Amino acid sequence: MRRRSPALALSLAGLAAAVAFPLLATKVTWQNAAILMLMTAQLGVAWNILGGYAGQVSLGHAAFFGAGAYVSTLLSVKLGVSPWLGMVAGAVAAGGLGVLVGTPCFRLKGHYFAMATIAVGEIVQAVVNGSDALGGAVGFNLPLGETGFWGFVFNRSKLPYYYIALGLLLATVGVNWLVNRSHVGYYLRAIKDEPDAARSLGVSLTRYKMIAMILSAGLTAMGGTLYAQKELFIDPGSTLSTSLSIKIALVAILGGAGTLWGPVLGAVVLTAIEEATRIAFGGTGRGTDLVVYGALLVVIAVFQPSGVMGLFTRRAPRAVPPPEPEARFP
Amino acid sequence: MSAPLLEVRGLTKRFGGLTANEDVGFTLQAGEIMGLIGPNGAGKTTVFNSLAGFFPPTSGTILLDGVAIEGLPPEAVAARGVARTFQIVRIFRSMTVLENVMVGAMLRHRAVPKAAVVAREALDFTGLGRRAHDPAGQLTVAEQKRLELTRALATGPRLLLLDEVMAGLTASEVQEAVELVKRIRDRGIACVVVEHVMEGIMPIADRMVVLENGRKIAEGPPAAIAVDPVVIRAYLGEGYLAPGP
Repeated sequence: MRRRSPALALSLAGLAAAVAFPLLATKVTWQNAAILMLMTAQLGVAWNILGGYAGQVSLGHAAFFGAGAYVSTLLSVKLGVSPWLGMVAGAVAAGGLGVLVGTPCFRLKGHYFAMATIAVGEIVQAVVNGSDALGGAVGFNLPLGETGFWGFVFNRSKLPYYYIALGLLLATVGVNWLVNRSHVGYYLRAIKDEPDAARSLGVSLTRYKMIAMILSAGLTAMGGTLYAQKELFIDPGSTLSTSLSIKIALVAILGGAGTLWGPVLGAVVLTAIEEATRIAFGGTGRGTDLVVYGALLVVIAVFQPSGVMGLFTRRAPRAVPPPEPEARFP
Repeated sequence: MSAPLLEVRGLTKRFGGLTANEDVGFTLQAGEIMGLIGPNGAGKTTVFNSLAGFFPPTSGTILLDGVAIEGLPPEAVAARGVARTFQIVRIFRSMTVLENVMVGAMLRHRAVPKAAVVAREALDFTGLGRRAHDPAGQLTVAEQKRLELTRALATGPRLLLLDEVMAGLTASEVQEAVELVKRIRDRGIACVVVEHVMEGIMPIADRMVVLENGRKIAEGPPAAIAVDPVVIRAYLGEGYLAPGP
């Protein structure tokens, strides 16, 4: 157990820094950037369960993000349900959508699965755009009704959003950690490496891909609800766009798909690059972000397929408890 | 004779117009080693794929302990106690040797620490214990084949299907593999062994089944198969038949 303590110390130091950051950096712009970073990281970590561990690269995760944002918003606007309950409902709805998507799409392999998920994202976007009940292309303004914790609206300070985003990120990392340590994590990596061999060892591909899909979609949806409550405005462009889907995947791939902390690292790097280009090219001109994503993908594919994490670890660290070296077999 | 562990009757598999297996039948007792041989393209791997559930046979019956398993998916067949290796090795390259075997052990032991113990025992049994924490991709070809076998063994099978585990091995490695298959049989696990390496399969098989063009052309003890004119003709052609007595 002693060998784990450096990693533990590093994690605790990181956590302490994350908790202290908004208290020290009191400028609202800095806090906003940090919240954005945490929310981006959470989406990358959620994507990682399906795209990283199970190797099912989804380029349609905005559909789940949007499901979370829209379900909680609709429940809150039309029925006055607390967004916290809406968050849970959104996660359940996204999980159901995930099953609906996975049932046909998991028959497809590799690139074909990724292409199908792009189509899913586009379909969901088109449906919402054309539906008046869902706000159409205009979207929704969330009412500034009940503020405070239960109402999930905070207008005096950004701090509550920061800590909720941090908590959600930690919970998502925790789910990843649990999955990775359980037989499900082993099965997902086996499916990614050699699906036929995994089947011959009793692993049901659809069942375990579906578990990964439900967890990934549900957690992504929770990020969607947080986004809606923070911005108090949602529309298809901001919550369902394909560029958002690509960004979610890119965060994980940039940092290191299939590693626990890779997507968090990816979010830090990506947010920093985005802010830098925003300053360099001025404004939030539509398009520069896509140029940056495209360039990054090319660089990762050519030079560093294992992502930023690959720079630190020669070999991905494993969650295996190594049994004692002395064999006790008679 | 007790009821057979495996009974195959009238197994036929067609891919479009191509008949890969035609009316193949045999039985296997618990703890028996059966050699499945035949020239390239005879349909040996197709038999394996049908037995292991990788595709449903066009017709025919496969009974495991009297229960029909034909048409079940591979994961269900594995759960019933049939494990296999692949002709071209399919190890999990992102994992260590131990983790590879743990995935097999998890079929019966979901808890990770317990799976690690079972996997460790299986590795020690097959002689790969000292490689446990190496990345699987670093193993030699012979070791990778042994890893696949260990992984299959860790699922706790009643029946093990070995697809050319001795191909490409040196003479001494073949000898080690022969000893290993015997020790597996001594644990009460029945084996069907597809093999081209005759010095590997002849000494250990209780019975041989010979396929040619998808059909069974001979069955019997290795000594009889080795001198069977039908088998020699299938492998070598008319000209090599020894003049009869």
